[in-house]
Amino acid sequence: MTTTVDVAPAGSATILRIHGDITGASEAPLMDAYAAIPASVRSVVLDFGDLEYMNSGGIGLLVTLLVRAQRAGQRLLAIGLSEHYREILALTRLDEAIGIHDDEGAALAAASA
Amino acid sequence: MTATQPDRKPTTDGWARPVDKLTTTATTRSVDTVTGRRVAGPVQGFGQLWQKTFAVRLEGVDTDPETVVAYWKERFPTFWPKTARFYAPLSGIQPGEVALLDLPTVGSAPVKMSTGVLVIYADRESFTFMTPEGHALSAWITFSAFRDGDVTVVQAQALERTSDPLIELGYLVGFNRENDRFWEATLANLAASLGVASPAVETRRLCVDRRRQWKYVRNVRYSPVISTTVSTVTAPVRWARRRRAGGRAPE
Repeated sequence: MTTTVDVAPAGSATILRIHGDITGASEAPLMDAYAAIPASVRSVVLDFGDLEYMNSGGIGLLVTLLVRAQRAGQRLLAIGLSEHYREILALTRLDEAIGIHDDEGAALAAASA
Repeated sequence: MTATQPDRKPTTDGWARPVDKLTTTATTRSVDTVTGRRVAGPVQGFGQLWQKTFAVRLEGVDTDPETVVAYWKERFPTFWPKTARFYAPLSGIQPGEVALLDLPTVGSAPVKMSTGVLVIYADRESFTFMTPEGHALSAWITFSAFRDGDVTVVQAQALERTSDPLIELGYLVGFNRENDRFWEATLANLAASLGVASPAVETRRLCVDRRRQWKYVRNVRYSPVISTTVSTVTAPVRWARRRRAGGRAPE
């Protein structure tokens, strides 16, 4: 399955809604979506609610995205993660750098705090 | 997977379960520096972030990615340069398992760095290792095979930071390139084993983040530079104790 990413502005944050799989082949849709975010945005929320599958190549892409966000002075947050993918972010210790929230409201509240 | 470690069963899609402290079923001939440690990936490293891709085309070899990856997993240690040792866990390269390693420090120096890796992911076409605290690199590396037209390509792709300032210094003066040569030799050995007459390994290096993460400067407390130095200096004492106890002297 391919990856599509919708960009949804939400106040001082922007939500990237991810559909399909995230693998090493997802670089173009993920990075293109990130590139569409204005530099003034302080927080980027990744919505994994429609994620089908993510492999280790996809986790590598999240690290690259994290580096780009940190370089731009932006926070990276995540919502919509199943218990399984929460475990994977814990396994890889990405949860120490990406703030995980239960829903959009909680993430946007954290983003504006 | 072993029956004694039910919490480390792989998930249905190839991922390991999260682990707080690492344990292993592998047996090393040197020192287990991994048990009790946590994993540390690129997020927890100190040095610049590098993405390195090593690939070799299996020209003239009639095989498919799944067959190659199964073969690679089965015989993984045999493709490493002779200066390094890979002690596989009892059940092999499976998600959640920890292998122990002895790696060369500089060139073919007799002093080895003892460390390990956690298998965080494995499926039929790829597998991924993540490093523990105390490894020279905070990294993960994915080994995979895929089709490019009529040819199967094998690849190792690492996302890595050096773990601490001492190793970063070493990276600046040659360890970075030496690490590349290690994986180039490994892929060439694999390709030759599969029947490629003159394997040509292509290497791509991309510095993803030039900044050092000074908030992780304290990783130096686990630095393999320090632990290897201590281990080397105290080796005669351990040898003498083993002799007194009637044990076999280390090789």
